[in-house]
Amino acid sequence: MSTDGKTLGGRLRGRVWKYGDNIDTDVIIPARYLNMSTAEELARHCMEDIDPRFATEVEAGDIIVGGENFGCGSSREHAPLAIKGAGITCVVAESFARIFYRNAINIGLPIIVCPEASREAEDGDEMVIDLEAGRITNTRLDKSYTTSPFPPFIMKIIQAGGLIPYTRAQLASAEG
Amino acid sequence: MAQTLAEKIIAHHVYDPSHSDSVPELSPGDLIEVNVDIVLANDITAPISLREFEKLGVERVFDPDKVVLVADHFAPNKDIKSAEQCALMRRFAREQDLPHHYDVGQMGIEHVLLHEQGLVLPGDVVVGADSHTCTYGALGAFATGMGSTDIAVAMATGRIWMRVPETKRFVYTGTLQPWVGGKDLILYTIGMIGVSGALYQAMEFTGPAIDALSMAGRFTMANMAIEAGAKAGLFAVDASTESYVAGRAKRPYQVFASDPDAPVAEVIEIDASTIEPQVALPHLPENARPISEVGEVRIDQAVIGSCTNGRLEDLRIAAGLLKGKQVNRDVRCIVIPGTQQVYLDALREGLIEAFIEAGAVVSTPTCGPCLGGYMGILAAGERAVSTTNRNFRGRMGHTDSEVYLSGPAVAAASALTGHISSPEEV
Repeated sequence: MSTDGKTLGGRLRGRVWKYGDNIDTDVIIPARYLNMSTAEELARHCMEDIDPRFATEVEAGDIIVGGENFGCGSSREHAPLAIKGAGITCVVAESFARIFYRNAINIGLPIIVCPEASREAEDGDEMVIDLEAGRITNTRLDKSYTTSPFPPFIMKIIQAGGLIPYTRAQLASAEG
Repeated sequence: MAQTLAEKIIAHHVYDPSHSDSVPELSPGDLIEVNVDIVLANDITAPISLREFEKLGVERVFDPDKVVLVADHFAPNKDIKSAEQCALMRRFAREQDLPHHYDVGQMGIEHVLLHEQGLVLPGDVVVGADSHTCTYGALGAFATGMGSTDIAVAMATGRIWMRVPETKRFVYTGTLQPWVGGKDLILYTIGMIGVSGALYQAMEFTGPAIDALSMAGRFTMANMAIEAGAKAGLFAVDASTESYVAGRAKRPYQVFASDPDAPVAEVIEIDASTIEPQVALPHLPENARPISEVGEVRIDQAVIGSCTNGRLEDLRIAAGLLKGKQVNRDVRCIVIPGTQQVYLDALREGLIEAFIEAGAVVSTPTCGPCLGGYMGILAAGERAVSTTNRNFRGRMGHTDSEVYLSGPAVAAASALTGHISSPEEV
């Protein structure tokens, strides 16, 4: 399983796991597992309350596609960690809950808002995502979608590999 | 330029490396770095924060007085792994010499505890690794939940990046009906706008019905702003706020107010006099219904407590209904005072006695059952009415269990009858 998150610059290609609206962090990783905190441990229980197949069948490189308000509810960073730990390389949705959005960016899990691509994708589709070009292609539909670019500040965090490496660099340059 | 309460608080906290005294004018959508007054984490979110803090290569937290750690989710420890997480947090608190580490004996549910202890004050910017950090908006503070990595950075540097939110203003008019409180107003509101109805926005709660609302009711409303997707839920500071803060504040604070002509995304007027006690049906808080339309719903458990409704006022309402009566024999009624102080006050007022004599159990403060941690987990097919904040699938236990959200009056009345009931029935 790839957990380095350094996917930027490369193209992502993977099977789509499609979910609906308001996928909350309690189903992404139920609270009964919050006595653990590593991505590897959490990944074993990712999505198990709505999709028991997910944790066993997911493969490194796969992509999650959600509907509106993906990641709503608890602030638990365990949710994007579990997703990343499961080998998911990108989450595409119609919209994201704001804490989940921050958390994903902060831990280096690429996430993309693209309502059209999300609505038209079906479970089991294959998607190709070019993060730098801002393009999502659904190979079954043979259709491409353009995504809006990240704000420059957020792009810097992504390029640094997450908020911790970004802040480390900031602190180092402030001292230097 | 006219500005909202949220914009003013944030503008006064913008990080300025040049240390000039000027306050910038901000607009919704601006991405800025802000200085924070309080940084908060709990026993399930702190372990990740502390791991990430270590990676930053910073020796000390930015200000030990401004970092608050509370063991409340799985404490008193429910199992070995939870004990390890609390131990990790305890070790860090000792190493860093943190005066505001709340362990069993001092701890309470974080979002009942911090304002009770006077740690959060009007005009503050508060960030916490817990989504219900928005509770402190009741004090006229800008408070918002974030993840553990954000909190690690805030602990180290005293600042964090933020996007200035738009404000959505809610104006509540009219006088509340009997048994209607803050919980009913916020469930009604979420029912109206939906669980993403205020996504990324600051909700501002105003109007004559809000002016008349108790501080406990305001904390309850601000607490659930996140359930509409909001970044914060704010109230103006008034005489009630000042009197709540008096005697608790140990440092000066600044009061900000929205300019009446400040541009907002939307103004929504609500005639609060028409609102009945509300119940949110499974599995989303937006499934709010007036109690008269809920129908016959048998329950197995009633939970009265949490960061939403674990304050003394909530326990008074519940005890008032339960006193001298008996909890239905098919219902487990679990009462959880939010803090040690709430517990003690309830004890001295005779509320605890009323609960126990009615056949309810009273727990030490903990988040416990709200998030399906422990102290009241539901089996498959079971149903609870609960004064907590989320009724997502599996939230309180088995994926085939159900949670109905309500205020303390409906929860207590339902505990007596064994089905979801109006307090008028008992």
